[in-house]
Amino acid sequence: MPGSAILLRYIRSSYQNDPVRSAVELFLFLFAIRYLLAPTYSTQKQKHVALSEEEIDELVDDWTPEPLVAPLTPFEEIQNEKRPVIVGPTGPKSKLSNGRTVMNLASYNFYNFIANETLKEKAIQTLRTYGVGPCGPPGFYGTQDVHMKTEADIAAHLGTTACIVYAQAFSTISSVIPSFLKRGDIIVADKAVNYAIRKGIQISRSTVRWYEHNDMEDLERVLEKVTKEQARKPLTRRFIITEGLFENVGDIIDLPKVIELKLRYKFRLILDETWSYGVLGRTGRGITEQQNVDATEVDMIIGSLSGPLCAAGGFCASTEEVVEHQRISSASYTFSAALPALLATTASETITILQETPDIMVQLRENIKAMRAQLDPRSDWVKCTSAVDNPIMLLVLKPEVVASKKLRIDDQEFLLQDVVDECVANGVLITRLKSMPPALGAGARDQGWQPQPALKVCITTGLTKKETEKAGIVIRHAITKIVTRKK
Amino acid sequence: MPTRNINPFAASSPTITSSLDAMNEKTEPARRSSFSKVTNNKFTQFFSTSPKSKPNDAAALQAALVAQQQALFNSPSQINSSLLSLPTISLSTATGEKTPMEATTLFQPPSPTEVRRLARTHAQFGPIGSQAHRCSSKFEGPEFAEPIEDEPPYYFLITTYISYLILIVFGHVRDFFGKRFRHKHYSHLKERDGYAPLNSDFDNFYTRRLKIRINDCFSRPITGVPGRFITLLDRKSNDGNNTFKLTGTTTETLNMSSYNYLGFAQSDGPCADAAEMAVRKYGISLASPRDDAGTSDLAVEVEDLIAKFVGKPASMVFSMGFVTNATAFPALVGKGCLMISDELNHSSIRFGARLSGAMIEMFKHNDMKDLERLLREVISQGQPRTHRPWKKILVAVEGLYSMEGTMCNLPALVKLKKKYKFNLFVDEAHSIGALGPRGRGVCDYFGIDPSEIDILMGTLTKSFGANGGYIAAEKHIIDKLRVSNAANLFAESPTPPVLVQIASALRLINGELLPGQGEERLQRLAFNSRYLRLGLKRLGFIVYGHDDSPIIPVLLYNPAKMPAFSHEMLRRKISVVVVGYPATPLVSSRARFCVSAAHTKDDLDRMLTACDQIGDILQLKFSSGIAGGAEPLPEGASADMEKEFHQPGTAQVMKPPRWRIEDVLARGVEDVQKPLR
Ligand SMILES: Cc1ncc(COP(=O)(O)O)c(C=O)c1O
Repeated sequence: MPGSAILLRYIRSSYQNDPVRSAVELFLFLFAIRYLLAPTYSTQKQKHVALSEEEIDELVDDWTPEPLVAPLTPFEEIQNEKRPVIVGPTGPKSKLSNGRTVMNLASYNFYNFIANETLKEKAIQTLRTYGVGPCGPPGFYGTQDVHMKTEADIAAHLGTTACIVYAQAFSTISSVIPSFLKRGDIIVADKAVNYAIRKGIQISRSTVRWYEHNDMEDLERVLEKVTKEQARKPLTRRFIITEGLFENVGDIIDLPKVIELKLRYKFRLILDETWSYGVLGRTGRGITEQQNVDATEVDMIIGSLSGPLCAAGGFCASTEEVVEHQRISSASYTFSAALPALLATTASETITILQETPDIMVQLRENIKAMRAQLDPRSDWVKCTSAVDNPIMLLVLKPEVVASKKLRIDDQEFLLQDVVDECVANGVLITRLKSMPPALGAGARDQGWQPQPALKVCITTGLTKKETEKAGIVIRHAITKIVTRKK
Repeated sequence: MPTRNINPFAASSPTITSSLDAMNEKTEPARRSSFSKVTNNKFTQFFSTSPKSKPNDAAALQAALVAQQQALFNSPSQINSSLLSLPTISLSTATGEKTPMEATTLFQPPSPTEVRRLARTHAQFGPIGSQAHRCSSKFEGPEFAEPIEDEPPYYFLITTYISYLILIVFGHVRDFFGKRFRHKHYSHLKERDGYAPLNSDFDNFYTRRLKIRINDCFSRPITGVPGRFITLLDRKSNDGNNTFKLTGTTTETLNMSSYNYLGFAQSDGPCADAAEMAVRKYGISLASPRDDAGTSDLAVEVEDLIAKFVGKPASMVFSMGFVTNATAFPALVGKGCLMISDELNHSSIRFGARLSGAMIEMFKHNDMKDLERLLREVISQGQPRTHRPWKKILVAVEGLYSMEGTMCNLPALVKLKKKYKFNLFVDEAHSIGALGPRGRGVCDYFGIDPSEIDILMGTLTKSFGANGGYIAAEKHIIDKLRVSNAANLFAESPTPPVLVQIASALRLINGELLPGQGEERLQRLAFNSRYLRLGLKRLGFIVYGHDDSPIIPVLLYNPAKMPAFSHEMLRRKISVVVVGYPATPLVSSRARFCVSAAHTKDDLDRMLTACDQIGDILQLKFSSGIAGGAEPLPEGASADMEKEFHQPGTAQVMKPPRWRIEDVLARGVEDVQKPLR
């Protein structure tokens, strides 16, 4: 063996000169081997209590787990009991399982696309060509030509270069975020973002900094701070994540300002347009159209095809690079079946309708205005936190009402549920903003931001302005009746 | 060759004799080369006699089956009425026109439109060739054994490692030079004016350097129904698989890739008719989350049906299977709880587990000893650091694993559950509809009362040809989940056509609708699964998974064989899925076949022939025989005797099965009914 002579000579000379040194070296050598062969270092093992088999059996016998789910709280019982069941089609007038027909102001059927016969015919045609489910994830023969068309249609509508369609809107952003952000990356997010965004952030394990809801000065302060802190560290991915129209508050962001800040501090922007796509702007392109921002200025736009568009699925519009990356690394795209073809074609069709008949959006805004006139300045008890163009009107109790009646959060929930019931009794179906379910076992301090309980009123063009006003009066009276009853 | 009913009268009065003939038909097996080697061992002589007659227990089984067949003939299946023509491959893509289902007059040659309609129907769901092509998916035997995993000769493992090594070294060399000389192509991996790259080049090395080479085997776009046949949109790439261009032509291929287990991917027939009615009556969407105004009477009805079907008091449906898992775990476990998960569990289970905030431990795939060891460890040690007892322990497994074709060992899990008091969550994404004599999943397969399992989850994407997922459990659990599960509060509800597709598929399976048809689907799936698996084993492939599993992974090992296999299959007009690292361990790249009730025996024969040819070209037949595919037992021999014979330690070595394709096809139908060997 080459080199063995040198090794032998070294050992021999070292032994002759200093046997102790040889012994020490041998010891070190053995220790090194042992160290290398030892199982991975673990702190848990140190805390491990050695137990005999009998002791373990005893501990196993003693252990009594908690029940799998906790019992229902009284409020949850009410929630289950009062959940409306619609019999037959969902429409501006829907029949409930108790036999009553109500004006439906609880569905996101803003343009009444559900009743559109042309859409139905097109969907049936697709059904007769493609069947219902694609029976496989997009990577394994689940990508149908109709999906590619829908992606192209959305990209063309928004003006981005590429788009990817997911099978469900709710989970889209929860999956988009962790496919780009990893541990060590930085997220700056609005405090009021919706549940799905929170879960995406949680999965990504990135460092999060929250800024006050829609407070651009606070956003700037946080960005400034992060940039300073990170100045000497290696560059990591930095993202601002926020919503166009906020699910929990209903208000709107100042997109030009956010873009300005993002460019100044070199952050990327993920914008959740789930509630603004198909709603804002002249042709429903969303917040970018409404505020005259080029969609390519936003790094990723996430939107929904299931709400106003009355199809199903979600999308992420961005550049080719971003989209292709998601096709292989976004969990809920890669590991889930593709969207049924007939829902994809329906989305394509409704996008065309939005582009070709912007009148329906004008009509919707008229109805929103009519409803608002009945509620916001008029009611003594509630105010509307939603933006003027938002067809989902969130009504919260005014601060002075909350203060004078000393209403805690759950008191407000009960009260608003009573309002909802009263409205249904008077022929108007509305609903409440649902609070985000807390993590099990987490302490009260870990809960973070929670929205103020609110009523949710969804406007539709399926009702005339008159009917909308009438419904508004019913809602206002119901609020007055219930709130004044409460001492 | 089993007789095929081409007699139009057969629909009304199935000719029992002809079909029974097919069952009892014994084809003289051609003399196999493997028989010619005679050794001196007495036992070997015994085992190598010609397998002409059946052992006694097999005869009893046969008799039982005949009786069962008889029973089936008494309720002729509806599908028989569509036996008018041989399955043909129609090259025209489906047009979306709706053709009425008028009754054809006997003795009149079918009109061209009728022929086209039938061809189209048969391209989605093939007519059964013979009543012998059915069997029941049911667990037999006292002990549920792990399938034996065969290994290829070391030569193949070593070359596999070397191939990866070469690919990786090449990749790095190309990266090294590329970063220096081809800035444009690498700019997305570098910092760009103050922005960190979106993907780190380390993270996507695999994609850039390995996956892209075989990109053309993934995400192949399709059109039309993914039924028995699937129509691919042809595409080509001029830039090394970076981008693809559609050529505008299509290819109709045999579909061995979709999760269409019961063949409900159909654009006509009772499910599609019902879905059309639903669109007309209910519209396309419910446009609201379940908890707001998205609960329609359809959803309530489907939940009822599912609960009854799986044997639980209550259930709830979701619009996506992935989200069903992702939101179920956070609603069940949290801080202070422990989740124990099989190491091969689906990404959605891991997603949900991570969201829940519970501690997560994993056990070796399907290894009940490892699970028990882990349970003893965690229960006795309690929570880390505080050593407080766990609030609850939830064990999550899948009924049928989609990459392995293995089933969970439910009997053992239930036994462990009784002893260790954990909660059990079974994800039946692939097993619901696909396993069990009544298609009700793993519980049905093992004959275990569903009440033994706390949560039964499943997806509606696979066997039912719809979309979405469900959770079934005790009523108080479902009641709680309705208010605490985020998807129920915020996610869109399943759409009316999807709900109706689910409902009608369930009604077909449980026999409420068109009695006999659901049963036929279940039994054809079971037959097809066993038939293809047995054939592949006999040809000499290494196949993973349990015998009744409709998912059949065939091991390829070498990464270069993935694209080669896929291309060869495509040349023979068959679409298959190939998967490799990171979805599987590095060495065990595989092709995965998903069998469907829509396949006919002829389709599977075509598949087997293709596999036989490709197996020879690519050298894929490397099984050693320990995992099955052996010659049938000779007269008078029983499985026990054979086991004794193959005791480890006896000098006798296993003979690798390398059947000739003719023999495989000739014996398959008969041997599928016996325990596979
Ligand atoms: C075990 C398992 N669970 C859940 C899912 C997700 O189901 P879906 O495709 O309906 O989202 C899958 C799908 O591949 C699966 O294999």
